[in-house]
Amino acid sequence: MGLINEFSKGVIRENPLFRLVLGCCPALAITTSVENGLGMGAAFTGVLVASNIAISALRAVIPDSVRIPAYIVIIAAFVTMTDQLMHAFTPALYTSLGIFIPLIVVNCIILGRAEAFANKNPVIPSIFDALGMGLGFTLALTLVCTFREVLGAGTFLGMQVLPGNSPAILMILPPGGFITLGCLLGLLNRLQRKSA
Amino acid sequence: MQEYFIIIVSAILINNIVLSQFLGICPFLGVSKKLSASLGMGGAVSFVLVLSGALTWLVQTYLLAPYDIGYLQTLAFILIIASLVQFVEMVLRKYSPPLYKALGIYLPLITTNCAVLGVAIINIQKEYTLGKVLVHSLSHAAGFTLALLLMSGIRERLEDADIPESMQGTPIALVTAALMSMAFLGFSGLI
Repeated sequence: MGLINEFSKGVIRENPLFRLVLGCCPALAITTSVENGLGMGAAFTGVLVASNIAISALRAVIPDSVRIPAYIVIIAAFVTMTDQLMHAFTPALYTSLGIFIPLIVVNCIILGRAEAFANKNPVIPSIFDALGMGLGFTLALTLVCTFREVLGAGTFLGMQVLPGNSPAILMILPPGGFITLGCLLGLLNRLQRKSA
Repeated sequence: MQEYFIIIVSAILINNIVLSQFLGICPFLGVSKKLSASLGMGGAVSFVLVLSGALTWLVQTYLLAPYDIGYLQTLAFILIIASLVQFVEMVLRKYSPPLYKALGIYLPLITTNCAVLGVAIINIQKEYTLGKVLVHSLSHAAGFTLALLLMSGIRERLEDADIPESMQGTPIALVTAALMSMAFLGFSGLI
């Protein structure tokens, strides 16, 4: 029960993007196509799970006063691994995500989970916490991507879904990112208020 | 000379770091409620951005590249930025208390500001020389400060506006940013 709770809280109740509004930069920048969103979500979840495991396992060893630098080094190591792996195995995705792969290192969600969860809890719950948060972030990214890709390019995962060949290109340009995320947050606030 | 001019114009207006590259969104949304706070944040970020741009370039050129350990870039850069922020904080506290007071609370936040790491990586990707790195970093810093100041000017007025309850706070800030971003899109034909 406890583990399922650790897992499910990240997906909806404490969704990192929609509820805590963390990790906005990648959520605005790379959400121009669903493929990018899924790729970014997978890379992010991988780094989060690995760093949560390492930090939780080392939590007795790392002195409290230098914990933040230690966490950053651990996270940076996993980001570098992810970066190299994606460069080797998914070159197209690597090119389209570009600078935002190394920038996972300064994503506040990862450091936030390390500080708020992994340094106080054993390894197993930390894995579930990371998986839940990772899944929640991936779902949120995919939702933003879906709106932007369908409206801005008329496609979903590359398949034509809207008829005609003049989609609202603005949606895949920078302003579209801000508008989509702003309206989604507003909509979620409204839904939550109604259900409460 | 013309090259430098193009770098400046494109970094401030066309590829504005916040409004078209989406770097540094957290402080852009978090600290843009008051004009004075955004001036402080802009100053602190500019300071660190230029210093770290130069320092990371030196490390990349004279340490990582000659020994062929470019894969340590992310790790090296984030450590440089984190220690630089600490160092700047200590120096300011000792030698310039008024400036430390003004920038103080914003400095620690800069370590996790993706604009700083982002610009450092872009500098390397574009294979700039040291002179261009300085100009490029400074222009991006100016662009960041400009976006932050414009945003806080608008948000101070939004305080009095009648906004639907669900849209208050971050949602309306994002929609405002979208409109600003659209305006900046107009610069894209400039060069």
